[in-house]
Amino acid sequence: MEHIVIIGNGISGITAARHIRKLSDKKITIISAESEYFFSRTALMYVYMGHMKFEHTQPYENWFWKKNRLDLVNGYVSKVDTANKTLILKSTKEIKYDKLIIATGSKPNKFGWPGQDLKGVQGLYSKQDLELLEANAPNNKVCKRAVIVGGGLIGIELAEMLKSRDIPVTFLVRESSFWNGVLPEGESQMINEHILEHHIDLKLDTNLKEIISDENGWAKAVVTDKGETIPCTVVGLTAGVSPNIDFLKGSGIETGKGVKVNNFLETNIVDVYAIGDCAEQHEAIGNRRPVEAVWYTGRMMGEVLAQTICGNKRAYNPGHWFNSAKFLDIEYQTYGWVFSEKSKKDQEQHFHWRHSKEKICVTIAFNKDTKQFLGINTFGIRMRHEILDRWLTEKRSLDYVMEYLKDANFDPEFYAQYEEDIVSHYNALYSANITPRKKSWKRIFSNV
Amino acid sequence: MQIIKKIGLFIFLIGLTIFTVLPFMGDFKVTPAALDQIIQEKGISSELFIQRIQEDVVGQEFHGMLSLSPQITQILEATNAQHRKEKEYKKIIYTAAHDMAAAVGKVSGNGFIVENKGLMWFLTFGLGILGSLLFIVPNIVLLGKKGIKNNGIYHENATNRGWIAWMVFVFLVSFYLVLYFRSEYAVNWTYLVDPISEFLSGNPAGHWFVYGFMYCTVMSVMAVRMYIKYRHNIYQTVRTTSVLFFQIVFAFLIPEIMVRLQMPYYDFKNAFPLDYDFFFQWNLKSLLNSGGIGLFILVWGIALTLVIVPVMVYFFGKRWYCSWVCGCGGLAETLGDPYRQHSSKSLFSWKVERWLVHGVLVFAVVMTVMTLYSFFTGSGTVLGLKTQTVQNTYSLLIGAFFAGVIGTGFYPIFGNRVWCRFGCPLAAYLGFVQRFKSRFRITTNGGQCISCGNCSTYCEQGIDVRAYAQKGENIIRSSCVGCGICSAVCPRGVLKLENGPLKGRINPTEILLGNDVDLMDLVNKK
Repeated sequence: MEHIVIIGNGISGITAARHIRKLSDKKITIISAESEYFFSRTALMYVYMGHMKFEHTQPYENWFWKKNRLDLVNGYVSKVDTANKTLILKSTKEIKYDKLIIATGSKPNKFGWPGQDLKGVQGLYSKQDLELLEANAPNNKVCKRAVIVGGGLIGIELAEMLKSRDIPVTFLVRESSFWNGVLPEGESQMINEHILEHHIDLKLDTNLKEIISDENGWAKAVVTDKGETIPCTVVGLTAGVSPNIDFLKGSGIETGKGVKVNNFLETNIVDVYAIGDCAEQHEAIGNRRPVEAVWYTGRMMGEVLAQTICGNKRAYNPGHWFNSAKFLDIEYQTYGWVFSEKSKKDQEQHFHWRHSKEKICVTIAFNKDTKQFLGINTFGIRMRHEILDRWLTEKRSLDYVMEYLKDANFDPEFYAQYEEDIVSHYNALYSANITPRKKSWKRIFSNV
Repeated sequence: MQIIKKIGLFIFLIGLTIFTVLPFMGDFKVTPAALDQIIQEKGISSELFIQRIQEDVVGQEFHGMLSLSPQITQILEATNAQHRKEKEYKKIIYTAAHDMAAAVGKVSGNGFIVENKGLMWFLTFGLGILGSLLFIVPNIVLLGKKGIKNNGIYHENATNRGWIAWMVFVFLVSFYLVLYFRSEYAVNWTYLVDPISEFLSGNPAGHWFVYGFMYCTVMSVMAVRMYIKYRHNIYQTVRTTSVLFFQIVFAFLIPEIMVRLQMPYYDFKNAFPLDYDFFFQWNLKSLLNSGGIGLFILVWGIALTLVIVPVMVYFFGKRWYCSWVCGCGGLAETLGDPYRQHSSKSLFSWKVERWLVHGVLVFAVVMTVMTLYSFFTGSGTVLGLKTQTVQNTYSLLIGAFFAGVIGTGFYPIFGNRVWCRFGCPLAAYLGFVQRFKSRFRITTNGGQCISCGNCSTYCEQGIDVRAYAQKGENIIRSSCVGCGICSAVCPRGVLKLENGPLKGRINPTEILLGNDVDLMDLVNKK
C-alpha cells in the first residue's frame, strides 16, 4: 500500500490527509511536534482570552484519527533523505515514505533586532507560543506592560488578547498608519481610531531599535528609533511570518523563501509536494503573492493535492481573492482586489463610504476607464461570498454592483441596512442615478 | 464600577440567603377554624383524621414547617392505612400527604413573616432584584466598546464549572425538588407573593404561583443582562424582548386574570406535547364544563399543535417557538445564557440526544392516545396498562425530573438547554418539520470559515456548527433553535440565520468556494 507521509498537522496537512482518505485507502502518516491533535491556530487568541478552552479549537474529536486510519506521529523531522525516501526524526527514528507532503507552515519573523532572543520576547503562532504567553503574561501584575512590534493582523490580535487581561499595551507600527500597506487610507485611519479607543498606545512610524535585558536575561524595555525607551515585561514580535523550512537544508529540495512548487504543488523532487504557508509558487498566481500565509489557501492546497495524489491530477487554481479578519470589534471582509494607495495601479480607483457615526465603512475598487468592479472591502458589514465571487467572475460594472448591493448583504436579521445610504453617496459623488433593487432570493440562488 | 458590582453581589446574596432560610422559619398554629376550612375544601370525611389532627395538632405552636409537616403527613398516611384495612374506601383521603401539609401550613402560618408580607418581599425578591441589577448594569461601562465580549468565561469559576457553578447547581436542584415534591416547605415563600396573587387572581398564592412569579422576575433581570451583553446585536435584543413578553403576559398574567374571571387557567402559547396534560381527563372535563371559553381553548390548543406550529415552522423554523415564545426557552436564553458553552458537542451526546428526545415524543404520544382512548371509552386500561399509571409516570419522570430538576438544575454543568435538547417532546416534533420542510437554515458564507470553533463552543444545543461551516454547508438540523449566537460570535461573519427558499437549502459541497474548478466537469466525472 502506498504510504503518504505528511509533515505538519495544520490546516493544509490535515485537509490533504482527510481528502486523501476520502478518495483512497492509502496508508497515511502525519508527523507533528507541535500538538498531538489538529487544532485551529486561528483560535489560539480566544483560548488566552478565555472564550474557549484549547479542546474547543480542535475540530475533530480524538477518536476521529484512529477511526479514519490517520496515523499520528509525535516527532520533529530533522532531515529528509529524498534519495532513500526516508525521514529522520530528532528521536533518530526513521520513517519511510512513498509520497511526502511538506506542510510545515510558518514561523514568526525576526529581523536580527538586538535582544530578540531574550526571555519575555516571543511571537504568536504556535501552541507553544500560546503556552509561553500564558507564562509570560498571565495578568497585569506579572506583566506590567507589553510592547508589540509589527502592525499586522497577528499584532492587533495580540494587543486585543493582552487588553482582555487589562495589560497595558504599546503597539509599534512601522508604517505611517495601521496596515496601510494593505488597506486603503480611509480604512486604515478608521482602524487607527479604533485602536486608540481601546486604550492601546499606538505608535505609528516607529521602529524597534533594540530590546534591553535585565540582569536575568529578561526583556525589561524596548528602545525605538525615535529614541524612546519603553519599559515592559513582554515583547511580542509580530512582524509577519516566513516559511518554516530550515530542516530541508541539504535535502535537495529546492527552496527560496519557501519550498518551491509548481502549479501542481510538486517540488523539484518527484513524489515530494509542499502545501500551505511553507509553499512558494514559482510564478505568483494573478495578483497573489508567491507565498500565501492564509488559512483558506492552505485548506485549498490540501484539497487540490489530495486529488492529484489520488490520481486525479489537478492544478492549484485559486479563484477570486477573498479574506477576512477582525480588528478588535470590527469585522473586515474583502473580496477581489482592493489595493492600498501604496500598491494600487493607475487605473484602479476607489469609491469609499463611511458611516457618519459608527465604525462602518465600505471601499469598492473599480477600473476608472471601464468602470469594471475589481473588489470590495467592508468593515462592520458582512457580505455574501457567493454573490461577490459571481460578480467578479461576470466582470460586473460598478453601477451594477451598486444597484444590486442588497443581494450581497449578509448581516444578521434586523440589522440596520446601509445600502440606501451608500448608493445615495455614490449617486452624489458620480452624478449617477441608481436606485438600489430590493434583495431577491431568485437572483441570490440563481446558480443553485 | 467594580465596587458597585461587589456591593450588588453582596446585596443579592443577602436576599438569596433570606429566601433560602425561609422554609426553615416561621410560626404555625392550626386553629379550629382553619381546620374546618381544610375539611371543607378537601371534602374530608375521615373522622379519624379530623380527630387525630384535633388532638395532636390544633392549638399547638409549631416552629417551622419542618416540625408541622411530619405530623400532618404521618397522621394522613396512618389514617388512610387504617381505612384501607377496614375497607372504608369512601373515607380515604386522596389528597397527597405533602399537598395536605402544604394546605394546612398555608392557613396556619402566623407571626412576623405573615404579618409583614411586603417587608419580607423586599428582603427577598426586592434585595435579589436590586443586588442583581447593581451587579449587571455596570457592565454597560465595563464591557467597553460594543462587540461580543466573552472574555474570561473560561477563567471564571462560575462559568467554568468551578465551585460557584456547583453551588448554583445544588441550589437549583434543591429548589426544584422542594417545588415538585415537598411543596409544604414553600409555604413561607407563598406569603411573600400573596398580595400580588390576590391582586391578580383574587386567590392567595400557591407554590406554583411563587414559581411563576420568580420565573418572570429571574427572566426580567437576566434579560437586562442580555440587553447589555448583546447591545449591538439587534436580533438578540428583539428576541429577548419577545420571549420576555410571552413569558410575562401569556404564561403569567393571562392565566391568572382568567382565573379572576372564573375561566380555566390556561397558557395560550403552551402547545401540546410540551403541554402534556392538555388531553388529560381532568383538563378536558374542566374545559368542557367552562362553556364557550373552554371550547375555544380546546379548539385553539388542537389548532396550535396541528396547524399553527407546523405552518410557522415551515416559514420561520422552529426558532419562532423555541427562542421567541417558549417559556423554557426563555429561561434558557436569559438565566441560562452564562452557561451556554457547556452543552456537549460530542458525537456521543448527539446519539444520546436523538434517542432520548424522540423517545420522549413517542412516550408522550402513546400516553395521549391511551388517555383519549380512556376518555372516550371510559376504560381505565389500554392493552393491560393502566392509563393513570402511565400518566403518573410521565408526570414524575418527564414533567418533574426531566423538565424541572434536570432541565433547569443542570444549567451550570451541562449547559442551558438540557431539557430542550434531550427531553422536550415539542422540540422533537418541531425538529421534524424543521429538518424536512422548512425555509429556515443557517447559511455559511462560502469559504470564509477559519474553523476557530467559537460557533460550536457557544451553541447551546450542542450542534457542532463548525463542522458544517468549515465545509461551507448550510446547517439544517432538527435541534437548532435559531438563537443566533453562532452568528453573533463568529469573528469572520460566516453564519447567518435565514428563511430562504426551500430549494437549494441543503447544499453538500464537493469543493469549497475559492478553488476554481469546473463544477460540471466535476459532476460528469462522478
